[in-house]
Formats: sequence, structure tokens, C-alpha cells
Amino acid sequence: MNIDHNILTIMTFVPLAGAIVLALLPDRDRIQQWGALAVTLLTFLLTLHLPFHFDYSVPAGTFQFQQNSSWITSPAIRYHVGVDGLSMWLVVLTGLLAPLGVLISWRAIDNRRRLFYVLFLLQQVAMLGIFVSLDLFLYYAYWELSLVPMALLIATFGRTENRRRAAIKFFLYTFIPSALLLVAMLWLYARTGTFDYPQLARMAAAHSISSNNAALWLASLAFLAAFAVKVPVFPLHGWLSDAVSEAPTAAVMVIAGKLGLYSILRFSLGIFPSQSHRIAPLMLALGAIGIVYGALLALIQKDLKRLAAFGTLGHVSVAILGIFAFTVSGIDGGIYQTLNEGIGGSALFMLLGLLYERYRTYDMREYGGLAARLPWIVTMFVLTALSVVGLPMFNGFVGEFLVFSGAMHSAVAQHLGWTVLATSSVILTASYMLWMIQRVFYGELGRRPETIVPVDLTAREHLALWPLVALFLMMGIASPLWLRAIDIAGANIAATVNRSQAVTMNFEASSQKQNAASPASETALNMTTPASATKGTR
Amino acid sequence: MSPNVLALLPEIILTITGVLIMLAEPLLPAGSSRKPLGWLAILGTLAGGLASWYQLSFGTMHGFFGTIQVDTFSVFFHLLISAIVLVTLLSSVDYFEGHASHAGEYFALVLFGATGMMLMTCSVELLMVFVGLEISSISTYIMAGFRKGQASATESSIKYFLLGSFATAFFLYGIALAFGSTGSTRIDAISLGLAHTATPTLAILALALIIIGIGFKVSAAPFHVWTPDVYQGAPAPVVGLMSTAPKAAAFAVLLRILFSGFPSYEPRWAGLIWIIAALSMFIGNLGALMQRDVKRMLAYSSIAHAGYLLVAFTAFPADGIASACFYTAAYAAMNVGAFTVITQIGGYNENARTIDDYAGLALKRPVLAAALGLFLLSLIGIPFTGGFFGKFYVFSAALHAGNVWLGVIGLLNSGIACFYYLRLLAAIYTRPTTENDRISAAARVSIPAAAAIAITAAATLWLGIAPNSALGLAQRSADAVHAEPGSVQHATR
Repeated sequence: MNIDHNILTIMTFVPLAGAIVLALLPDRDRIQQWGALAVTLLTFLLTLHLPFHFDYSVPAGTFQFQQNSSWITSPAIRYHVGVDGLSMWLVVLTGLLAPLGVLISWRAIDNRRRLFYVLFLLQQVAMLGIFVSLDLFLYYAYWELSLVPMALLIATFGRTENRRRAAIKFFLYTFIPSALLLVAMLWLYARTGTFDYPQLARMAAAHSISSNNAALWLASLAFLAAFAVKVPVFPLHGWLSDAVSEAPTAAVMVIAGKLGLYSILRFSLGIFPSQSHRIAPLMLALGAIGIVYGALLALIQKDLKRLAAFGTLGHVSVAILGIFAFTVSGIDGGIYQTLNEGIGGSALFMLLGLLYERYRTYDMREYGGLAARLPWIVTMFVLTALSVVGLPMFNGFVGEFLVFSGAMHSAVAQHLGWTVLATSSVILTASYMLWMIQRVFYGELGRRPETIVPVDLTAREHLALWPLVALFLMMGIASPLWLRAIDIAGANIAATVNRSQAVTMNFEASSQKQNAASPASETALNMTTPASATKGTR
Repeated sequence: MSPNVLALLPEIILTITGVLIMLAEPLLPAGSSRKPLGWLAILGTLAGGLASWYQLSFGTMHGFFGTIQVDTFSVFFHLLISAIVLVTLLSSVDYFEGHASHAGEYFALVLFGATGMMLMTCSVELLMVFVGLEISSISTYIMAGFRKGQASATESSIKYFLLGSFATAFFLYGIALAFGSTGSTRIDAISLGLAHTATPTLAILALALIIIGIGFKVSAAPFHVWTPDVYQGAPAPVVGLMSTAPKAAAFAVLLRILFSGFPSYEPRWAGLIWIIAALSMFIGNLGALMQRDVKRMLAYSSIAHAGYLLVAFTAFPADGIASACFYTAAYAAMNVGAFTVITQIGGYNENARTIDDYAGLALKRPVLAAALGLFLLSLIGIPFTGGFFGKFYVFSAALHAGNVWLGVIGLLNSGIACFYYLRLLAAIYTRPTTENDRISAAARVSIPAAAAIAITAAATLWLGIAPNSALGLAQRSADAVHAEPGSVQHATR
């Protein structure tokens, strides 16, 4: 049986079915945990179908594993799903993080398990839905849906009494810009009569959406603002540190980064290419500022989780910088960095969660000298830190290198200054990560560890961490495995954006394209695959 | 069957059932259960709904000298009203058990009220509309004060009665002026008369007065002041009914009057509706932010929802009618559902009033909490619920007609709105049960009430996930109103 046509639907609905079943099962004897683990593992296996059956030979801009059937006749809304090089690995990443999230919550969540795992699975449904939807209405539905389980997870399973406030803050921060996004979507529909993303993208490339440039500009801002809040892009990150510091580990692993970054790449750049070009200098600046600002704030935090939250801000800003450089390697790097953030951030938050489970505090001053007592945890911590910092051989290096080299060759105004500023953050990132490790694991034994019997990683925790650590190395060494698909999408996005700009702004199209393509081919030769080298010159 | 009888078949069935209940009530021994009367009312409502469905197969028909017009539009609202009444009756069939000796009258009043509302939606003669309006209003005035002996209930009833009569007077005056200006009180004749009226100012005045009268009935700002007090004092199942069914009927009347009576005056009334819609959304949502009492909060929320619905009216003629019809249905499903759950939690004595009283509900009554959560999410407008698709469709219609700013205002308002709904949702799910001992974990939901909750929850999800058939009906009813014979052909934008 060929399941290519509905694999995406099956994959999205397995967690939904799982959530319904878990909601009906009683909440006792770890039934909920095993159930959630089984469902998430099954989903993960299903997502693995994609990379094994992905067709690398189809032209860029076409979607695979598509399913396109009628849903609502008037207004014209279709159930249209599909993936391309941009979304495929994000889907797999989402699939991978879910069972790890269940494993890591095994003991951390000790009451109201049913509610927890049902919400967790619903969150999974919404995220997978976001990545595979090609109909704007469907996409928006999943996008909004993703807010509810997350807000409830924070509000119910938050760490301190501040949790409800953090949850409502998170919800409002993301819901209100989403309302504007809906207005912009409806406006698009009123102009074009379709919610279908591939059609809209074609119209955008042909400049046939609307001749009202002011309205298009406002609509593009509405799209970008909604996504930027979710990423979050500096200065829209107000919700991040509260939400991260309250949320349980499994929720934090998926709270930031990939949803917003993916949406910017897909919808902002796809539907509003020339408008994106117009705002690129600002976004580049915000990306660079976010990198440095995040790293600086991380440097002065005493709370481990807030430190990681600001670190996250820095890492997603790296992706923003890469994306808005509008070069092939910049965008490739942006996508790669999105994956890195998903893996590295998750590993970091999982480790912090493990420390919290043992010592009941995130206050760094309470720790110290743990290295001798918890050899496995410290090993994992250091490996994660090295990946996050961007040491060669680790995945972080590939992403950052692509981003910075892409940004350096960008044609966007003032790219050089911002890139130099952003690159300086490599030092800052290393400082806060290594300083944190030094304060937590080395030096004199801290107050908490003195009184509590040390417990190193258990088998279950090993199981949750090893896949991520293995990925750090694999994605660092064998990056072409991933970049092969990503590069098809990245090159296509860069070409779309730059072409639109060449047309609208009356620049010489040829020089523009050369500008965009040349750094990529250089990088490709050094870094990635022969395949991407040919793509880069397209 | 004579065409006249066929045209009013649902109304006739409901009236007869109501009269039967009134007759049977004194025959039951004093102090015995009034439940059988409730079941009789439920059967009558089912029969009424089926009769409306049966009417659908006859296409458009006229009765009683052209004052009654049965078309898809009227059937849509008939079905909606009978569904609302059915759910209300299911949820309140044992609400008065052991508390009130006059429960039998309640069931009759609900049916009479439903008759009036149905009559409103199928009349094309303004005086007939007025008769329907009065029948429905008088029943709801009485029902609002049905928890006798409670000061708030009496206040609610009197306030509703006084302000309601005042508003009805406006409506009647509007009809009189419309007659003076166009020479008719028939909606189709009015639209013809407008074309060569000597007194257009009078016609505008008439329209304004009619809008005020209806504005009161649908609790649109600035005619909303009665709403919070009345909703707070009235019994919860009655609030569920009167926040949806009479409103649906009043919106149907307004749709008919504006879209087939005064279509040529669209440039004149569109601005007025625009202002009322924007005001209702802001006043409703900002007012709800301040409330601690759940019923008051939902009262303000119903003002805001009236505002969202009025946004559809500005989408003339495109998808305006269809989206307004659909939104009415979606709003009815979620709001009646929410009040059904509130009825079950609070009981006759309203044990759960403020948001704090709902703390920890999820731990004590997980199923009720999940249902209320679903309705609240739908009221916020979370996807895959009727509330989301309704809002989406209304604002899509408004943007299609070029009302971008109203769309922006409306959707920002739904951002404000989620704050107070979330506060209740957070109390239900995240606070410990120890904060409130007024909700008992042991109480059980009766089977009819469980059915009512199941019906509304299923309807909320159905309208959000597979809205095709409801949409189709709404769109066909829109055609019935707009493409009415005799109405002035109007140039579309």
C-alpha cells in the first residue's frame, strides 16, 4: 500500500487519536505515561517515513506527500498538506522531541498526568499541523490551536505561583498579533479568492495579488509581526523569559523558535517577497541586536532557566539574521540553525530540568562542585554547551558558519556592520555557557548539593539524552545529509525573494542574482555538498 | 392541509403544546413532580422542529394574506430556535424540582416565547413582526423573574420589562413612521415605496427607530444597559435561552428589514450599524474585563458577540446575510452550552457565582469542566470550534466588502476578549480545589442535562470542523432574503 498520499494526515491525527484515548483512560498506574510514550514513538516512526521517501529530484518549490481535498466549499477552504525541503526535517524534529519530552517528564509530572499528556499530545498535533499545512486557513487553525495547550501547560504545571500570569502573558502576546494576521489573511482572500499557499506564492511571484502597495505592505507587516512574536524576535520577546521559567521541561522544549521561524520562511517570504526585502535591513538589525542582547542578558542571570531563555533568544536571532540576509547560505544556515536550536535548546532545558528534579532549585548560587558527583550529567552538559557555542565538529558550528558567511555576503543594506556585531556574540555565548558550567559543576561544593545525595543519570534519562547528543555530532560531521533537502528549499526561497526585488526596485537583475548566488556556491564547495553547489548557481 | 396552516405549522404545534401544558398543570396533584410537563414540552419542540424541516420541501410559500413568508431563511431560524429551546428544556427539565411549585408554567412560557420568536422570523409584515416580538418578550419578562422570592430575580424581571416595553415602543413608532413615509407596513412594499417616497427623512427616522428597538432586543451598545443586571438575576437556563433565541429572532428581523426592506438606503444605515457594532464590541469586552460574577461576565460577552454579529450586516450584500445566520447558530451552540454547564454547576440556588467559585472545577467535575472549557474556547474563537468559524466567516465577509478597519477592530477585540475567558478557564483548571467548597464533587448530572451538554458540545465542534451543511443552509437562506421578489435590484460593489 502506498501511504505517501496520506502519510502527513495520518501523522497529524495519530497524536490526536492518542489524546482522545488517553482522555478516556483512567489516570493511574502510569497508564498515561506509557500511552503517551507509545503514541509519540509511533508518530516519530511515521515522520521518519518522510526522509526515506523524499524525492530530491523534483524541482524546487513543489511539495511532496501532498494531499489536497475539499473541506469547506464556500469560502473556498481546502485540506491541503504537503512538505518540502524546508519543512521535512522540522517535522522529523518535532516527531523526535515528543517521545524525549515524555521520557523527561516521567517523574517530573507526578500528578494530573492525564491532563498533562493530553495537552502535550494536542500540542504535538498543532505543531505537526503547522508544518504540513499548505492552506492558509488550515495553517491558521493549527497556529491558534497551538496556543491553547501550551498556555494550559504553563498555567497548570508551572513551577511557581507566577504561572497563571506567565500563561496569560504568553497567550495574549501571541493571540493579539495573530488576530492581525487573520485580518491580513482575510484581506488576501478577499483579493485573490484563495487560501492555497502554492497559488498565493505563484501570484506573489507574478505580482498579481494586489496593486495596492500600501495595503500589501501592511498585510506583510501583520504576517511578520505575528510570526516574530512567536520566534521571538527582539524586542517582542517579553513573554519568553516568564513562560520559559514557569513551563515544565517538555513544554519549554518546543515553546520558541521553530514555529515562528518556519512561518517567516514559508509565508512571510513566500507571499510577500518584495515587502520582505523592504523590511530586511530592520530585521537584520533586530537579529544582530537580539543575538548580542540575548547573550549579554544571559551573562548576568542567576536563574539557570532564565539564562537558558535569553540564550534561546540569542540563538533564534542567529536564524533571523541568516534568513533576512537573503543569500542561499544565509537561508540554509537559518533553517539549519532552527533545527540546532530545537535540539540544543531541548538538551539544555532537559538537563536543567534534571538538575531541578534533584536539587529543587534553578538558582545558580546554590550549586557548585557537582562535576565529581554527577559525571554523566556534567558530560552531557559540556557536550550541549559545546554544541550551543558552535565548536567545529558540532552542529552549532555548521549553522552559525552558514549564517554568518551568508550575512557577510548579503546585499541588504548595512549588512556588514550588523554581521560583525553578531559574530562577536560567539565570544559572549561561549562566556555565559562556560561560566555557567564552571559555577554549577566546578569550584566548591554548593549549599544544595551538600545536603542531597547525588543521583547520576538513570537509564531513562540516558535514553532521553543520547539521541540529542548523537545528533549534535552527526549534524556537525555529516551535515550534507540534512542540507541536501534544506538547500533545495533555501535556494528556492532566496531566488524568489531576490527576483521579486530585482523586478520591483528596477535593479539589474543579473548582478542581484550573482550577488545572491556566489557566496552560496563558495560555501557549498567548502561546507556542504556538490549538490548544493550546483543549486547555488541556479 | 390548507396553505395557511402549513405556513404556521411549527407555531401552531408549539402553541397547542403550550396550552395543553397550561391545562394539565392544575390537574397534577400539588407537590408532585412537574417533569412530565417538561417532557411534553420537549416532545412539542421536537415536533415543531420537524414541522419546520418539513416546510423546507415546499420552497417559498405565503400565508395569511401575504403576511407570513416561509422560505429557507425562516426555516433556518425556526430550526435554530427549536434547537435552542430543546436544549434549554433538556437542561431545565428538573431544574425546578423541589424548589418551585409553579414549574409547569415555566414550560408553557418557554413554548409561547418560542412561538413568538418563530413568528418574528417568518413575518414579512412589520405589524406581524411586532405581534411576534410582544409574544416572545412577555414570556421572557416572566421567565426572568422565575426564581420567586429572590430580590435579584424580581429586579431582573422588572428591569427587563420596563426597558423592554420602552424599546418595543420605539420599534412600534418606527413602524408607524415607515407606514407614513412609504404607505405600507409590508417589507417588500416598503422597499418599493422607498423608491418614490416624498418624505425620505421620515423613512430614515423610521429606520433609525426600528434599529433602536431591535438594538435593545439584541443588547447591542448603547442599548445594552439592562443586560448585566437581567442576566445576573435570571435563572441560568433562562439566561441561556434569552441570550440566544430572542436575539436570533431579532437579528433575523433586522436582516429582513435592512436587506430586503431598506436595501436602497444601505449607504445611510451602514454607518449607523458600523458605529453600533464597534461600540458593542468595545463596551462588551471592556465591561467583561471588570466582572467577577460569571453570569455578568457572560452578559457583557453577549454584548460583544452582538457586536461581532453586526459586523456581518456591514458586508452588504455579499456574504453578510449568510455569515450573520451562521454566526447566530454558532453563538447559540456555545452560549447555550456554557449556560447549561453553569446551570449544572450552580443548581437552583446558584452556588457558583464568581470566578473564584469555579476554582478547581477540573479536579472535582472533570467532564463538566472540559465541556465548559470547550465552550469558552469557542467563545474566544479557537479553531475547530463554531465560534472560530463564525468569526472567521463574519470578518471575511466584512473584509470582502472593504470594511478593513471594522475587521481590525473586531479581531483586536477578540484579543481583549480572550483575557476574561482565560481567567475563568485558568480558575477552572489551575487552581486547587480547596479554595472553594461550594461545588460538590459528588453531585451528578441528570441524563437530560447530560444530553443537552452533549448536543451543544457536538454542535460547537460540528460547526467548527464540518460546517459545510450549515453553511449551505445559511447561504441558501441568504438568497431567500436578498433575491426576494419585488425587492429593488441593487448594484453590487
